[in-house]
Amino acid sequence: MKLSISHTTTYTYDAPVQYGLQKMRLTPVSDRHQTVLNWNLAIEGGTSELTCIDQYQNHCTLVQIDSGATRVSLTASGEVETHSSDGILGKIYGSAPLWHFKQTTDRTKAGSGIAELSRMISTSTGDLGELHALSNTILEAVPYRNGATTVTTTAEEALHLAGGVCQDHAQIFIAAVRHAEIPARYVSGYLMMDDRIDQDASHAWAEVHIDGLGWVAFDVSNGISPDERYVRLATGRDSIDAAPVTGLQLGQARETMDVSLQIQQ
Amino acid sequence: MDTKPIHFDEMLAAEGSVRAPYHAYEAWFSKQNPSRLKAKSKDAEAFFRRTGITFNVYGKEAAQERLIPFDLIPRIISSREWTKLAKGIEQRVRAINMFLYDIYHRQEILRAGIIPTDLIAKNDAFLPQMIGLTPPGDVYTHIVGTDIVRTGEDDFYVLEDNARTPSGVSYMLENRETMLQMFPELFSQNRVKPVSDYPKNLRKSLAACAPPNCTGKPTVAILTPGIHNSAYFEHSFLADQMGVELVEGHDLRVVDGHIAMRTTKGHKQIDVLYRRVDDDYLDPLNFRPDSMLGVPGIMDVYRAGNITITNAPGTGIADDKAIYSYIPDIVEFYTGEKAILRNVETYRCAEPDALKYVLDNLAELVVKEVHGSGGYGMLVGPAASKKELADFEQKLRSNPANYIAQPTLSLSTVPIFVKKGLSPRHVDLRPFVLVSPNGIEITPGGLTRVALQEGSLVVNSSQGGGTKDTWVLEE
Amino acid sequence: MLGKTAGGLYWMFRFLERSENIARLIEAGFRIALTRSNDTASDWKSVVTTAGVRRGYDAIYDSYTSENVVDFLLRDTRNPSSAITVIDKARTNARMVRTALTTEVWEAVNENWMAMKKALKSPIPDTELPALLGEVRRHSALVRGALHGTMLRNDNYDFARIGTAIERADYTARIIDVKYYTLLPSANFVGSPLDNVQWETVLRSVSAHRSFRWLGDGEMTSSGIAEFLILDSRFPRSLYFASKTLRELLAYLAEDYGERHACHDLIDEQVANLRQHTIRSIFDEGLHEFISAFIRQNNALGAQIEQDYRFNK
Repeated sequence: MKLSISHTTTYTYDAPVQYGLQKMRLTPVSDRHQTVLNWNLAIEGGTSELTCIDQYQNHCTLVQIDSGATRVSLTASGEVETHSSDGILGKIYGSAPLWHFKQTTDRTKAGSGIAELSRMISTSTGDLGELHALSNTILEAVPYRNGATTVTTTAEEALHLAGGVCQDHAQIFIAAVRHAEIPARYVSGYLMMDDRIDQDASHAWAEVHIDGLGWVAFDVSNGISPDERYVRLATGRDSIDAAPVTGLQLGQARETMDVSLQIQQ
Repeated sequence: MDTKPIHFDEMLAAEGSVRAPYHAYEAWFSKQNPSRLKAKSKDAEAFFRRTGITFNVYGKEAAQERLIPFDLIPRIISSREWTKLAKGIEQRVRAINMFLYDIYHRQEILRAGIIPTDLIAKNDAFLPQMIGLTPPGDVYTHIVGTDIVRTGEDDFYVLEDNARTPSGVSYMLENRETMLQMFPELFSQNRVKPVSDYPKNLRKSLAACAPPNCTGKPTVAILTPGIHNSAYFEHSFLADQMGVELVEGHDLRVVDGHIAMRTTKGHKQIDVLYRRVDDDYLDPLNFRPDSMLGVPGIMDVYRAGNITITNAPGTGIADDKAIYSYIPDIVEFYTGEKAILRNVETYRCAEPDALKYVLDNLAELVVKEVHGSGGYGMLVGPAASKKELADFEQKLRSNPANYIAQPTLSLSTVPIFVKKGLSPRHVDLRPFVLVSPNGIEITPGGLTRVALQEGSLVVNSSQGGGTKDTWVLEE
Repeated sequence: MLGKTAGGLYWMFRFLERSENIARLIEAGFRIALTRSNDTASDWKSVVTTAGVRRGYDAIYDSYTSENVVDFLLRDTRNPSSAITVIDKARTNARMVRTALTTEVWEAVNENWMAMKKALKSPIPDTELPALLGEVRRHSALVRGALHGTMLRNDNYDFARIGTAIERADYTARIIDVKYYTLLPSANFVGSPLDNVQWETVLRSVSAHRSFRWLGDGEMTSSGIAEFLILDSRFPRSLYFASKTLRELLAYLAEDYGERHACHDLIDEQVANLRQHTIRSIFDEGLHEFISAFIRQNNALGAQIEQDYRFNK
């Protein structure tokens, strides 16, 4: 399936920015699941300083906000051909060892709630059936609800709040899977919803390493394994590692963010 | 019966004779007038104060500036002793760099089962941001200060590897400078290997680590946390001696994909940054967002190959005290050679059997925090009170993996100058090692730290230790 | 050189100059107090005003006694411009820019700090005061001497001296501003003994009482003193001299860096303005107005230098 994507993130500041950086992980990479046909990053109100590849092989672009700017907009656009893979990415490994994806992070630390969920998993080799069941249980316990959580909510907190968005679902799932000693990672990317061109936001899901299969993806929010409508952007241990944009600015200016995302076939 | 342990004294042998390296010195010393020496000693202190060779003590009110006491009796090492030591240190430092490369790439040593994976996987010193990153020449730890202790004629042990940001080299240089000024005649009677080339060599070594796409003469700078840091004197001293800028985080920013320092003429690119800021604080964009000491985005600039950070972030995984116990295996794994220098026997309290032994023998052991340094949070069993032992037992039980224990070594002594003349005190030695793609260089000598209290084994300056000039004699 | 280093040198020497000026100010005040038997409060008050620390002083004390004022100006760490505070700040800046200083300069400023910390540990009795004030001035002079004797004549040196000159201009202007009414050629006051004491104080506060006598015919007229403090081209603490020095130093920097900045226009303007004036035209314009404008210009110049040479950002 050929997907045409245009994704604009706009930051507005209530005072001119003295010095600020935005780190973008907004460049998809070709793999078994997808072939990037063309891709472009356009920056207004800022300058691309460099590109680098991080520890998870994500392609990063470091942008400096123009001094005195009050608005920065970052547009990633292009075409990606996706392939039917049943959510199986396979045995593709970077430098990061598998055990690294068993390490918890502040956002994916298991508390009592996660530990309880994790009991649904009986084997540390990874069982597709068990994992799908876990995914369903999480969606039941934490139905999709905007505004229940923030970007900094941890997996355990989201579970207790009993409501959340894709980021929370993915992190709860990852935390529970890791608690059962199975490697799991967070994926940020795009999902084309069938009924519309304008999408609400970029998406997030999880990948689990299953013996024999390699990495397999699970979209908890939609209760399925990702198919051709999904485009992978970045991975990491949690939503910080794989954040499409991370920023930092010196000074007093407060930032508001606005996202516009169009995906069509 | 006298139960006092007999220590190996590096100057005076057991039967009262003077050991060979000290012959010439002793002949000179025996002719000195003690009151003249005492006056010289006072001069030295005044000199240190006036020149501002001080360190800041944490935990005291408003970070007071203190002097590290200097003792005027040199510690003397023969050429033969040094050759062996230097070979051992070189081997160890080479292996540590290979280990660091491996840990952040293929991790063959874990696959081979030499080190348990959990020791790395569950270690906070492992820095994910370094995975897959290859610094120029595969050098991770460029500046090393290996802590060595001695217990006998030929018995040298490595106590700590200090592969992150060892300090103290300024004292090595200033101690020698002071001795040269106070007793110039000594240096014509003894052929002492010079240490004064260190700043020049450091600069050369750092410049050799410039990123491959750096064209022209590399610009080197030192990054300091600022004037309130305990080692600020050393940072400014080294910058001054090398002739490079001493910068703080707020002097730096990203310019054209590089890190640049703000000068009176605009921004100037830096190619090699010798940073004396801890990993956590180095980059608020990629590590601790609340850090005011670092440079946002420097890790991205580093990964893009536009700057070299020395020592590389994440080197802490090699001088972790739990990893320490595996260093002989690490040396053998990467070099195919047996380790020349010995390790002190180490009990990893994470292991139940070891913990039991440690708890049963607490009063005879030295217990250290796995990530601790500077002598903070450490228990010296034989010197501890009943209450201190009981408190530490609690700590050990509640978090055993945080500790390792070692037998109390009978550290060698070197005399210090006191009212009555000479009196033996325990010492250790920190030689300074420079690593670059061009090779490994060890300055002959190093910093001798001395426990000024009689019988004490704690030499850390933060705990009342002093220093001595350290001589390595020419053949 | 780093912008921070330029700023550090500039402030280090501003603070040293300030420590010296505080000593002069107290010396002059002390002298008045000795020569008068009755009320000295108003004189001490003007000393505090000249030092620019009225608000801080009034928050702690409710009367102007020599004991309180001297203690506040010399030893009080709550006073951001007390001698001990500025000597400490000078040393802190020196530590920050240690690599830009010669050993001699660093040692001089460090010894200054060690000696003054010791000397100002406890309150200073009147009998010790003159010796102590002499020490403060001597130490500052030692640092300046080390600067002149050992530093390369490069941008480091320029920024250090710019700091000194800006502080000097500011201080002399503030003395004139506080005492301007005594310098006005008012028929009531001219020639009265009170006036002579006031003028003497003003001259002493800038260590000019002897040079003034040597240069002139010794006659103390208000316009003579004002002209000396504002327009004299030989007296190193006059507004004209300090401004001329600043223009010279900034010109070195422009030549060295091959670049002129906004601060160069400001200083040209400042020097031209002083040249245009005679003491008569200044009095015609209004001494107070003239001096107030000068203080503002001088501050603006300092801020512009900070910006042009990137001290802070």
